[in-house]
Amino acid sequence: MQLLLESLFNGVAIGSVLLVAALGLAIVFGLMGVINLAHGELMMLGAYSTYITQLIFKQVSFLKPFYDSYVIVAIGIAFLVSGTVGILLERTVIRRLYGSPLETLLATWGVSLILQQFVRSVPLAYASGLVITLFFGLFSPLFISDDLLSGAKGKIIRATTWGFSALLGVATGGILSSLVSKLSRASARNVDVTAPSWMRGGIDFLGITFPKTRLLIILITLISVLVVIFFLDKTAWGIRIRAVTQNRPMSDCLGISTETVDIITFGIGSGLAGVAGVAVSLLGSVGPNVGGNYIVGCFMVVVLGGVGNLLGTILASFSIGIMTDLIGAGRLLTIWPEMPSPLYSTIDFFATTSMARVMIFALIVIFLQFRPTGMFPQKGRMVES
Amino acid sequence: MKLSKRIFAGLATASLAVTVTACGGSDSSGNFDDTVTVGILHSLSGTMAISESTLVDTEKMAIEEINAAGGVTVDGKSYKIEYIVEDGASDWPTFAEKSKKLIDQDGVPVVFGGWTSASRKAMLPVYESKDAFLYYPIQYEAQECSNNIFYTGATPNQQSEPATDFMYKRSPAAGGDFFLVGSDYVFPRTSNTITKAQVKQLGGKVVGEDYLPLGNTEVAPIISKIKVALPDGGIIINTLNGDQNVAFFKQIQDAGITPSNGYYVMNYSIAEEEISTIGPEFLEGHYGAWNYMMSIDTPASKKFAKSFKKRWGSDRVVADPQESAYNMVYLWKQAVEDAGTFDDNAVREALVGQTFDAPQGPVEVMANHHLSQTVRIGEINAEGGFTILEETGVVEPQAWNQKHPSSKGYACDWTDPKKGEKYRM
Repeated sequence: MQLLLESLFNGVAIGSVLLVAALGLAIVFGLMGVINLAHGELMMLGAYSTYITQLIFKQVSFLKPFYDSYVIVAIGIAFLVSGTVGILLERTVIRRLYGSPLETLLATWGVSLILQQFVRSVPLAYASGLVITLFFGLFSPLFISDDLLSGAKGKIIRATTWGFSALLGVATGGILSSLVSKLSRASARNVDVTAPSWMRGGIDFLGITFPKTRLLIILITLISVLVVIFFLDKTAWGIRIRAVTQNRPMSDCLGISTETVDIITFGIGSGLAGVAGVAVSLLGSVGPNVGGNYIVGCFMVVVLGGVGNLLGTILASFSIGIMTDLIGAGRLLTIWPEMPSPLYSTIDFFATTSMARVMIFALIVIFLQFRPTGMFPQKGRMVES
Repeated sequence: MKLSKRIFAGLATASLAVTVTACGGSDSSGNFDDTVTVGILHSLSGTMAISESTLVDTEKMAIEEINAAGGVTVDGKSYKIEYIVEDGASDWPTFAEKSKKLIDQDGVPVVFGGWTSASRKAMLPVYESKDAFLYYPIQYEAQECSNNIFYTGATPNQQSEPATDFMYKRSPAAGGDFFLVGSDYVFPRTSNTITKAQVKQLGGKVVGEDYLPLGNTEVAPIISKIKVALPDGGIIINTLNGDQNVAFFKQIQDAGITPSNGYYVMNYSIAEEEISTIGPEFLEGHYGAWNYMMSIDTPASKKFAKSFKKRWGSDRVVADPQESAYNMVYLWKQAVEDAGTFDDNAVREALVGQTFDAPQGPVEVMANHHLSQTVRIGEINAEGGFTILEETGVVEPQAWNQKHPSSKGYACDWTDPKKGEKYRM
């Protein structure tokens, strides 16, 4: 019983990391059909945002008393940072490539390389400045009334907002680099996010240690999933997103601004990648390659679950998680030590982390042979197909 | 017209350069007869850049020190050492390619380079086919002995064997069972084969081992295995690579695998540099084994650390790989001076038997192109350094490990043409 519980917890813990990482992709790839290979790098930006938030809370005197809660703040910041960069990516690159998946794949892969090198060679203080410029530059027109933005006068006003955003960005970069010396130099070194003390260690319950960071990640995942489901099912924009997913030309005819829908969908998907970045930063170190380690797993989860189906994504990530623990930790050997020796040695052979991965990939490939559309294929006819 | 302009410009630059060197020559500090250019080849980009760039810094510092002390004196002429730094880009074929470039195009007499075993294995055929010389500064799995490589890092009998011995006999977990964790590549697997043979000899038991694929940071299954295999604590031998250590230590601490619960981790890839990235709060109470530790309390060690901090910044640390890199530049200089030429074959002969008063203590180049060195076991402390617990005497290197089943009874000797790379003792 204890073994079962522990295995289940481990499976859910591994699965929730996969799920939070794949959730954004499930929206971008599943709903929009965009193969975004830069998704991992958007996660990486989220992880770096956590690191920067942590340093700011450590250095700035009036924030110091709230140091313990920096992770919560970081979740919001990471969402905004990755969302902003994602929207920029959508506006500049992906929008021009809708309907040509191969080109999208190559272009976003290029973007992922650019982002990786960007965090290596640009001091983080100025990188944050740049993101702030983008944020205000992209979003401030939303708060200015439409008639001010039209005509020749509008161009000047737009230019002015970008000018102010740039000033704000430069100021932020300057202030950050003078406040926190670690952010003022570019470095290819991996950095480290230290969880506040209340999140360290574990809770002992029923003879099992539940690590607190894992519990927090499960909580983050749970909340993200619930918010996404609520947003898609209950809000007006969520319904519009689903309408555009199902039939773009018809939604367009009915007066839904598909362009805005694209921006919102991509922004939310990217923002969720940022939240995943926070989760990932709590487990390991933060470096330019951190996202690349997850991207294959993310696609695997979305494909296995069935493209365009959130429930599928959820089930797929938990089943991969539980399988990883069952095979990788050699649970069967513990439960049934007297099994026949050829079976024992086969299972023992796969009971290492690297071989378990091989085994799971093989199982997924076999599964997809029989159910090429994943666990929960999209029902009904899509207009595009 | 255009061409003549260019020629004129070229002449002007050349004459300017001559004037400048003439000025430089009259300057008392840089009075050299000639220059010699050496190659430095480490990763300055990619995943290994973090570690390897520290070696470039150390090698530059050693070269600057030698130049400040009058350079290399060969045949009565003093040579200023200059260097060409090439980037291996954490990509093993690139290491081979850049080696070719340094040897053929730049004609350097020696290359200081490499970190991972994969990069060394990629470079080895290049140096052997061109009969050039590579100096390699990292502790590694041995089981290799090339006439064209000089290894200044520790072999397993100079690091993992004394460490295993310490863990089984004298650590707080003495007599306990072993669990082996490593990244999935050649060094951890070879090192663990040796450890398993040694534990068996000592009468202990290895109750499990696991390898994490490079780049993977999900250690939850490993933690469950450790808990099943070692329910009441024990010894964990860790050969994980770089960043994977961060994930490992963060997660085992949360899962209660800590020294206070009776779990002690012995690390072969965590030096001062890594402690400061992982954070001492995760590592305190665990162990490390190295030839050099920054906390060695001798004037040579303190001077090394002090000059490095002075040159590259007070927040920087020195660690074992850097010390090896530092030693090899000096050993090359000494060998060249003894040989009286930069010619590879003569330098190689002169190299064997060179001694150097290194920051770790005296080292000597042995006939198998490895160094005899001191082994130290340290406990990681809250300040991010090692508290040295034990120090062996000078240990001779075994290029072919005597506990590994495939190389038992073999040795390497390049001074005797009949023995060479691998002979039966």
